Formats: sequence, structure tokens, C-alpha cells
Amino acid sequence: MATHTQSFWTKYIFSQDHKVIGAQYLIVGLIMAAVAGFFAYVFRYHLAYPDAEIPLWGTLDPRTYNMLVTTHGALMIFWVAMPILVAAIGNFLIPTMLGTDDMAFPFLNMLSFWVFFLSAVVVVTSLFVPGGGFDGGWTLYPPLSADAYLNTNPDFWKALFSGGSLVILALALEFASMLMGGINFMVTTINKRARGMSFSRMPILVWFMNFSVVTFMFSVGPVIAGALMLLLDRVAGTGFYDAYRGGDPILFQHLFWFFGHPEVYVLLFPTLGVMGEIIPTFARKPLFGYKFIIGASIVAIILSMVVWAHHQFVAGINPYMAVFFSVGTILISIPFAGIILSYVATIFGGNIRLELPMWWAVGFLATFLIGGLTGLYLGSNTFDIYAHDTSFVVAHFHYTLFPITFFGFFAAFYYWFPKYAGRMYNDFLGKLHFWGTFIFFQLFALPIFFLGLNGQPRRMADYTAFETLMQDWHIQFREIATISAILLILTQFIWLYNFIVSLWKGKRVSSDNPWQANTLEWQAPSPPPHGNFEVYPEVYRDPYTFGVVQVNGTKRDFIPQNEKLPS
Amino acid sequence: MQSTTVSLRRVPQGRLALWLLIAGELIIFGSAIVVYLLLRLRYPEWGAEAAKTHLSLGAFNTLVLLVSSYFAAKAHEASLKKLKGKVLRYLSLTVLCGLIFLGVKSYEYTEKISHGYTFTSPKLVEAGQGAAALFWSFYYFLTGLHALHVLVGLIAIGFIMYYVKNNKHFHRVELVALYWHMVDLIWIFLFPLLYIMQ
Repeated sequence: MATHTQSFWTKYIFSQDHKVIGAQYLIVGLIMAAVAGFFAYVFRYHLAYPDAEIPLWGTLDPRTYNMLVTTHGALMIFWVAMPILVAAIGNFLIPTMLGTDDMAFPFLNMLSFWVFFLSAVVVVTSLFVPGGGFDGGWTLYPPLSADAYLNTNPDFWKALFSGGSLVILALALEFASMLMGGINFMVTTINKRARGMSFSRMPILVWFMNFSVVTFMFSVGPVIAGALMLLLDRVAGTGFYDAYRGGDPILFQHLFWFFGHPEVYVLLFPTLGVMGEIIPTFARKPLFGYKFIIGASIVAIILSMVVWAHHQFVAGINPYMAVFFSVGTILISIPFAGIILSYVATIFGGNIRLELPMWWAVGFLATFLIGGLTGLYLGSNTFDIYAHDTSFVVAHFHYTLFPITFFGFFAAFYYWFPKYAGRMYNDFLGKLHFWGTFIFFQLFALPIFFLGLNGQPRRMADYTAFETLMQDWHIQFREIATISAILLILTQFIWLYNFIVSLWKGKRVSSDNPWQANTLEWQAPSPPPHGNFEVYPEVYRDPYTFGVVQVNGTKRDFIPQNEKLPS
Repeated sequence: MQSTTVSLRRVPQGRLALWLLIAGELIIFGSAIVVYLLLRLRYPEWGAEAAKTHLSLGAFNTLVLLVSSYFAAKAHEASLKKLKGKVLRYLSLTVLCGLIFLGVKSYEYTEKISHGYTFTSPKLVEAGQGAAALFWSFYYFLTGLHALHVLVGLIAIGFIMYYVKNNKHFHRVELVALYWHMVDLIWIFLFPLLYIMQ
């Protein structure tokens, strides 16, 4: 292994080491999560107590409320979920799981992080420009987002340095960064697998990471073109989305959701991959239906490209088309139900070790189930017309994206922390963190379903003017949701404390393989040095050889991928 | 990089990455073209606007790009044999063709703008021909995005020529040629859609 000396700058800042880059993505993602979480606290507080002064913030006017909601959505999807789930987990795990030293293009990897960092800077800047941050919803629908309307000659620089244009620019940078990262992931997977690691012996997480970036690459094109056109509408005065000039505002919805729906799976796939590693390890059973899961994911990717208009059932869609999109949307639940049931089948009859990562995995399955099942309701256009733009939708996508992002991340965090930190976390604090997150999340999101079914619209700062939405139980449910959301945020400080203290003072792990798992990253030293392995491993079997196996007369519970057995 | 010592199966890494990049680019251009086509079906009057484009200059530019692709392919062929002089000569010819393309394009733009067909065409909008103005927005959007790719390609070829001159990275000639063919291919789609389809 090349051990060359590195200065502080090349080791930690402009690093080309995939683990450092993963950590950089993680840190930026967590900072953005803190910002977006704080915004959530402010507007949730306002919803529950519309007249009260908000601690740490002050009063909230409706325009700022809209800005906070918009920014919360955009940040959580593009600057929290994307970097943490796809970029950070992918960077940490793909090279180590494949038994190699680094990504295929380390320099490109560094470049994609810095482009991403720039995009984060731009999106934060967009909050402070004259005119304030963008407040037209994270989906950027025109005409709200193209406010240069009927103005064929806008002031270019003024229009460029407005909140909306900067958000679009930041998104463009973010997409460019993720495309570069995705190309890197795919080339690494195709080119840099260890000797003996055929595609059918790859850990399921590596498969899922590649599905994620492939889905992203094949769906992001339309929204890049669409966002460029939107930007031109704003800064150059074109009329791509201006109905008066022959443009079409609905066109942007199509371009956006053609990407927007697969984007959910871009985020879901890494989490499913994490669960696919954790569940067999702690159930001590081979992953159920490895090939089925891969096939089902491919079916889901293809279907995900033809269901986008289920977001537009009330946008004036042809009813016959609506039926097509409804059927497609409901069909897509079949492969995902198959994957989730494969995980349940893996647990079934296993020799379960209820360690902390397993808690998060089971918590994910239970919580995500509710999100998935309410998606079936919304996918049906007859129901969606009733529930569209109500809080029911808000509760639904929080029930999908929260478990995907945070249960997925925390499961991965607790599972791989001993490997990449070389130290153990505090188990008691971890359990406290799990139960706090699990319970407070349900208490936060469940009431919103009922409020939405009762007709409470989303994206509204104040319901006091609507008598039918101000019955006692409405007010109480909003308070329960808000208090739980605040407690949910506070619970995360337990994790932060645990993280920082364990990183410096945690008990050193006695074994490189504390969970007795089979994949290659557990064969590397903890933490893996620059270059990961002392001896590059060679692979002899699939990664899920768990359960009692007879080897030369001795009983074994697991056999790592790289262990050569005497024949 | 020590990175190549580990794995067993190896597709040339750069080629693989470039094919993936091309796939991504084609989806971006493809979706812009699909949007254009859908609106073209809605507005038959765009045919009259397309008739105002300079067909012969467009055809000349198509020819120039096709010839440049031929030079790029010849440069790749020479790079396999590491014939430094030949590679540099063919790449210079590619660059020359690219510059001619951009020059002709700028002339076309100037001519159109002087006749009032700009990115936003305010005159057409005021005359109540908003849809016609939209055609010109698409004309500048699609050809402008393409011209940007030509420009990026020229800069990339410049870098490659510098490497080759120092006897380095001969295999990268193939990569830049691949990219150049993509730029050519996109124009092959844009030319009939914007110029011929009247």
C-alpha cells in the first residue's frame, strides 16, 4: 500500500479518499438537516400556536412561512437525503464492500463533493438575497416560480440574484454533482470488484446503490432541461411556461415529476440496501430472494418512469390518462411489497440478535409500511382528487421520506460506526435515541393524516379564519403534532452527543468484525486506512452465508466472503 | 494512482465513464427535443417560422460537423498508433471545423436578431403572435445549448492536444472523439427539427 505523507489540506479538505469524501458529504448533509429541522420547528410552532411568539425566532408572517416550508422541503430532499443516503453511504461502502482501495476516479469524486458544497452555499445564499428566499413551494411550479411573467425584458442580474433563480442554479449544481458521483459509482462497480466477486456475489447494498444512481441518471434529464427553461423565463424573459405566449405551465409539472417520482426511489434504494445488509446479519439467515429483489427493483425502476402524472390528477388531466397513471402507480407497489416481504421472510425463523441496528431496521419496516400503504390510496385518482393538497399528502410523504432518510441513515450509522470509527457507540443512549425517534415520529405524523382527511389544506400559514378547521380536536391534533415534532428534534441531540463522545472516547472495538458479518468491509482494519486493505481480498462465495454450516466437522455460524475453505 | 492493481475485470475506465456521460447528456437533450416536438404538434404555425431559418447555412454547418467528426475519428485512429504529429494535425482540423461551425452560427444569430427574431421576440409578442415567439425561444434554447457543448468540446480538445504534445494520455483522444461524435449526433437531430421541418 502506498503510504505517502499527506498534509492537513490534502488529507481532510481536498481529500481524494472515498471515506473522507463520504464524511464530508455527511457533515454538510447533517448541517443542512439542522437548518431544515429548525425551519420545521418554526412553522410547526406557528401552526399549533398561530398568535404566539416563537421562541428563538419571533413572529412569523405568511410570506416567511411559505419561504420556510419551501426551503424545508427543498433542503430535506436535495441537500439532506441525497448527500447522506446516496453520496455518503455510497462513498463509505461501495469501495470497501467491493474489496478495493478507492473509487474508480478519486479526483472526480473530490470534484463532485466540491460542486455539491458550492450548491449548498448557493442555496443558503438564496435565503438572504434582496426580496427574500424563494417561497413558491419546493416543486418550483410556474407561474409562481416564473415571476418575470409578461416581461420580455427583465433586469438580468437582478433576476439572477433572486431567491428563485438561485435555488434553480443550486439545484443544477447539485444534479451535476450527483451525476458525476453516479458515474463514479457505476464505473467503480463494473471495474473495481475484488477478484472472484461476480455480479451475483455483490452485496445487495452495492446493487441498490447502482439502481439508485441509474434511476437518477435516467430521470434527471427532463428536469434539467425544464429547470434551464424556467431559469430563462426568469432571467431572459422567454415564455416557455407562459400560457399567453403559447407556453405551458403544466409542462413544467410534467418535466418535474418525470424526475420527481423516480427521485423517491433514488432515495429509497440506498435505504433498502442498508436494510438488506443489516437484516440477514442480525437474523443470522441468508437474505431471502436475492435475485428476486434485484429483478423486482429493475421492474420498479422501469415502472417508476411512467407514473409521474399521479402528482397531477387535479391539474386538468385527461381522465383516461389518469386511469393509466393510477394503474401504473398501484402496480409499482407489487415489486416493493415483494422486496419488503423478502426482508420479513429473512427475519422469519431466524436466530435474531436484537442489536441496535436491527431495532432501526425493524422500525423502518414498520414505519415505511404506513407510508407505502397510504401511497396506494393517493395513487388512485378517485381518492386523490379528494385528498390532493391536503395534509393527508403531507403525512403520507413524511411517512415515506422520514423512515427512508433518517431510519435508513441511523440504521447504517449504528451498523457501520464500529467499522469506520474503530470505536463502539453507547448502546443505552442509542436505544433511547431509537425509541424517542420512533415514538415521537408516529405521534408527529399520524395526527396529520386525520387533519388532512378532514379537509385541512397544506401550505397554509394560518387556519384561524376557517371555522370548520378550528374545532377543538383540530387544535389539539395540531398541538400534538407540533409538540412531538419538537421532541423528535430534541431526541436527535442524544444521537449527536453519543456520536461525538463515542468518536473520541468510545470503547475501542476488540474485533474488526463485531457483528460477525460476511461482507468485505468487515475484513478491513477498523477504521480502514487510506487504501482500505492490507491484503486485497479474494472472494469465494456470496455474502449471506449465515446459519449453522458444517466446516470440517466444526459448526460455523457465518463464513466471510473472502475465507477460503479447504475443499 | 495505485488504483488499477486490484481488480480482475477491466473495461477501460475512461471509456466506460464517457459512455455513461453521453447517456446522461442524450437524456437531457432528448427531453428538450420531446418538449419541442409536443409543442410543434400543437402549433402548426411554427412551420412558417422554421421557414425563416437559413436552410443553406444550416446545411453547410451540418456538413462541417460531419467532416469534423471524420477528423476526430482519424485522430483516434492515429492515437492508437501513437502518431503524435498525425493526432495533432487531425485534432487541429477538428478544432478548425468547430470554430467554423460556431462562426457560421454566430452569423446566423446576428442576422436573426437584426430581423427582430430574438430569444424573446418582443415584436412578435406585441403583434399577438406569442406562439411564433415561442418557436424562436426554442430555436435559441436548443441551438444555444448545443453550441455550448461545441465550445466545451473545443476546450477539451485543446487540453488533449496539450497532453499529446507532451506525449501523455494518448488514450484520451478516444474519449474526446466520443464526446465530439455525440455533439455531432445531437446536431443531426436539431437540424431537421429546426430548419427543415417547415
